[in-house]
Amino acid sequence: MSSDSREAKATRIRHLLRTEGDAVERNTRTFNRGRYDAVAELEAYEEYRNRAREIKERAIENLPELIDEVAAAVEENGGTVYLADDAADANRYVREVVADADAETVVKSKSMTTEELEVNDALEADGIDVWETDLGEFVLQVADETPSHIVAPAIHKSREGIAELFRERFDPDERLETAEDLTMFARGFLGERIREADVGVTGANFVTADSGSIALVTSEGNARKTVTATDTQIAVAGVEKIVPTVEDLHPFVELIGKSGTGQDVTAYVSLLTPPVDAPSLDRDPVAPLSSESADERDFHLVLVDNGRTAMREDDQLRETLYCIRCSACANSCANFQSVGGHAFGGETYSGGIATGWETGVHGYDSAAEFNDLCTGCTRCVNACPVKIDIPWINNVVRDRLNRGGDDGRFEFVYDELVPDEEPGGIDLQKRLFGNYETLAKLGSATAPVSNWVGELGPVRALLERAAGVDERRSLPEFHRETLRDWFSARGPSVSRADADREVVLYPDAYTNYVDVDRGKAAVRVLEALNVHVRIPAVGESGRAPLSQGMIDTADERASRVYAALAEHVDAGRDVVVIEPSDLAMFQREYEKLLPERSFERLRDGSYEILEYVYGCLENGADPSALRRPERPVAYHAHCQQRTLGLERYTTTVFRELGADVLESDVECCGMAGSFGYKTQYYDLSMDVGDRLREQFTSPAARDRLVVASGTSCEEQLGALLERDAAHPVEVLDPARRNRTDR
Amino acid sequence: MESDVLGTFESALQRVDVRLERTTAANVRGILAEVLEPPAVGVPLPFDGVSLPEAVETEPTPDELEAATTGITAVEFAVADYGSVAIRSSPTGEEPVSVYADVHAAVVAASDVLPDMEAAFERLGTDARGGADTVLATGPSATADMGALVTGAHGPKAVHAVVIEDR
Repeated sequence: MSSDSREAKATRIRHLLRTEGDAVERNTRTFNRGRYDAVAELEAYEEYRNRAREIKERAIENLPELIDEVAAAVEENGGTVYLADDAADANRYVREVVADADAETVVKSKSMTTEELEVNDALEADGIDVWETDLGEFVLQVADETPSHIVAPAIHKSREGIAELFRERFDPDERLETAEDLTMFARGFLGERIREADVGVTGANFVTADSGSIALVTSEGNARKTVTATDTQIAVAGVEKIVPTVEDLHPFVELIGKSGTGQDVTAYVSLLTPPVDAPSLDRDPVAPLSSESADERDFHLVLVDNGRTAMREDDQLRETLYCIRCSACANSCANFQSVGGHAFGGETYSGGIATGWETGVHGYDSAAEFNDLCTGCTRCVNACPVKIDIPWINNVVRDRLNRGGDDGRFEFVYDELVPDEEPGGIDLQKRLFGNYETLAKLGSATAPVSNWVGELGPVRALLERAAGVDERRSLPEFHRETLRDWFSARGPSVSRADADREVVLYPDAYTNYVDVDRGKAAVRVLEALNVHVRIPAVGESGRAPLSQGMIDTADERASRVYAALAEHVDAGRDVVVIEPSDLAMFQREYEKLLPERSFERLRDGSYEILEYVYGCLENGADPSALRRPERPVAYHAHCQQRTLGLERYTTTVFRELGADVLESDVECCGMAGSFGYKTQYYDLSMDVGDRLREQFTSPAARDRLVVASGTSCEEQLGALLERDAAHPVEVLDPARRNRTDR
Repeated sequence: MESDVLGTFESALQRVDVRLERTTAANVRGILAEVLEPPAVGVPLPFDGVSLPEAVETEPTPDELEAATTGITAVEFAVADYGSVAIRSSPTGEEPVSVYADVHAAVVAASDVLPDMEAAFERLGTDARGGADTVLATGPSATADMGALVTGAHGPKAVHAVVIEDR
């Protein structure tokens, strides 16, 4: 990416932050809070997620058979099934059905699949009036905009903006101001369109193979009217919507509303086995409804492939097909909360899972546009009701995009300098951050000179221009004496013979070369709990290259780390990790990079440092050996730590030591590893961080000791609050002096 | 046991702003007469000894349907833990009557109040494989698309539930 295109991207993000950010933030955060409340009350949440996942895995596995089964069931019911290869094929069929029905007006209920196909354009080209009856879709149709969210497509619009839009377009007799006014006006207007219409188009949230039914999950009632009022119904659905049986819908109905908007269940779940049996309203307006008219209905199910069969055959993209389009990944995404789907989407789909969808249905170019907005924070992983590893799909697509890149201008310098496994074309910015360990090694070996050079104006300007490292960020200060150097010279202070336990402290690149104090504090905390500590020579976990989509390099790093730690693990030594994003590599991503047995052994033998401290205290270690926090604490856990459910150990240890702890409840601080350093994302990173700043400068928090577990979180908090944040082990360090300035 | 299920149903209905009347077959007509706001449309009720108040139009035209304030229908069953009612989309017209009127009054036999979604889907499986169309409706229709939560987006603004305890 050139510095011009980075600037263009930054400008667009600033524009969206200004114009759409507030409405998107308010709405997505309301949905997201609703999700937390709704799933907290659901006892069987995990069980439903597991069942939902199994059903989807099995359905996609058996997809060809299920398609045949659906076709037979729908035809047995008196409907017609059309299997469309792509958008053009689907649109051609829909146009034919509409023409056969002699329709002038078509009404639609919300369907992202028809957005994907651009069915409206195809029908309008034939002179058909097409009306979206979902109120959000209707607003967008009137405004001539695209959806910015898969569930609430007009989430970026404010009430005032909609009022203005309706005034311009419809010039209503009465002034429409409140949400109630606007809703009733739209209901009335669309009610007339529904009465005129001859064909109703719906999507399908699910299709059941055993009965040939379609399930529609809605709140407004427009889908019910669209189907009831028209004689011809067309349901358009991706082939991945099929589940084997009606009973299989149960876990999805429990999960979909809660995961999406935080509702227990949406107002309507229609399970229709069309042609539906309701009397038609499409007759004489003054003649009573006749039950016989129910027999004259026509139904067409258009099952759309449009790239889905290829996704099914792609081991990495297949999971995308398990998506039930609930929007939890978008709502839980800190970046999405700030800029919304118009920054975070391709041609149709937006949010975390959009990378998979856009790649599959529109191709890599469409996904490329927003793929880097996924910081890999993993906040969406636990939010997804079907347990899709969305950040992994983003990494895979980023890796494939890297391989298709052609910006090799710096390759000749860079290939010499960096030992990565990547092809020449990869973007310089990505390569710089992906090879962080090499830079850190070099920076440390030449410190303090490297630090002075790094802070020189011309150097920062060059770094910004060539590699997009934002000048407003402070760069890490490298230490000449690394943590490993310090420890080799010092040696352990608790001998193996006297120790209760034996630990291998993992020296991540940042702790080893930059925040050496944090590493020293970790050693002293462990030793205070009578633990024998070792710090082996082991390299970077692969997190840095993985976050840039350099999967081969990450894979090679993972193998080296495992090789260096395997003997320790076999000897029964516990691996203790300070940096949460590295522990998350061992516990999650290594499953994709190492043989199963190696992954499991490292996963089962590795611990986050405060998790380990908690375990020692539970097993009888003396808490008085640790320093008690001298002030109330404001604690921000790292995103990946929370995904793994580990943040509670830190708060519990602090509380057991008598500290008053306030924990941040924002999804992410916004720095997210290298993300916040990149010029194109600086403003977004700070906007995301604003939510944490607000919480930690509130009266309840502003005088507290700021504590954070992640490197980038500490950096970001420093920038947001203008006071330093400490790692929990630094607070507990028995050698720590009273430092009330922190 | 049955009273537990009805208790659960009642509290779930409260959460979605639906008032529940528990009554006997003999009193249904009187309760409905109190509940309804004219003009009212309805579908004849399939319970022994239970009939609709006279003011209810049971053969509405599409125009009358759209103009109706109250729509009265029986429902196939209810789901206690969510406060949902299962509206059958049958040739007699429960679906249009329940979705077009401003207020939907849903009448259900106590024996058809199922404890949870699991039980509901067992029943829906059999029904759907037999060709039935069913809408699980929970509370009034709603939208938040216009900047605040509004009920009555396209469907009813309010819902009443009437349970016939001796059926």
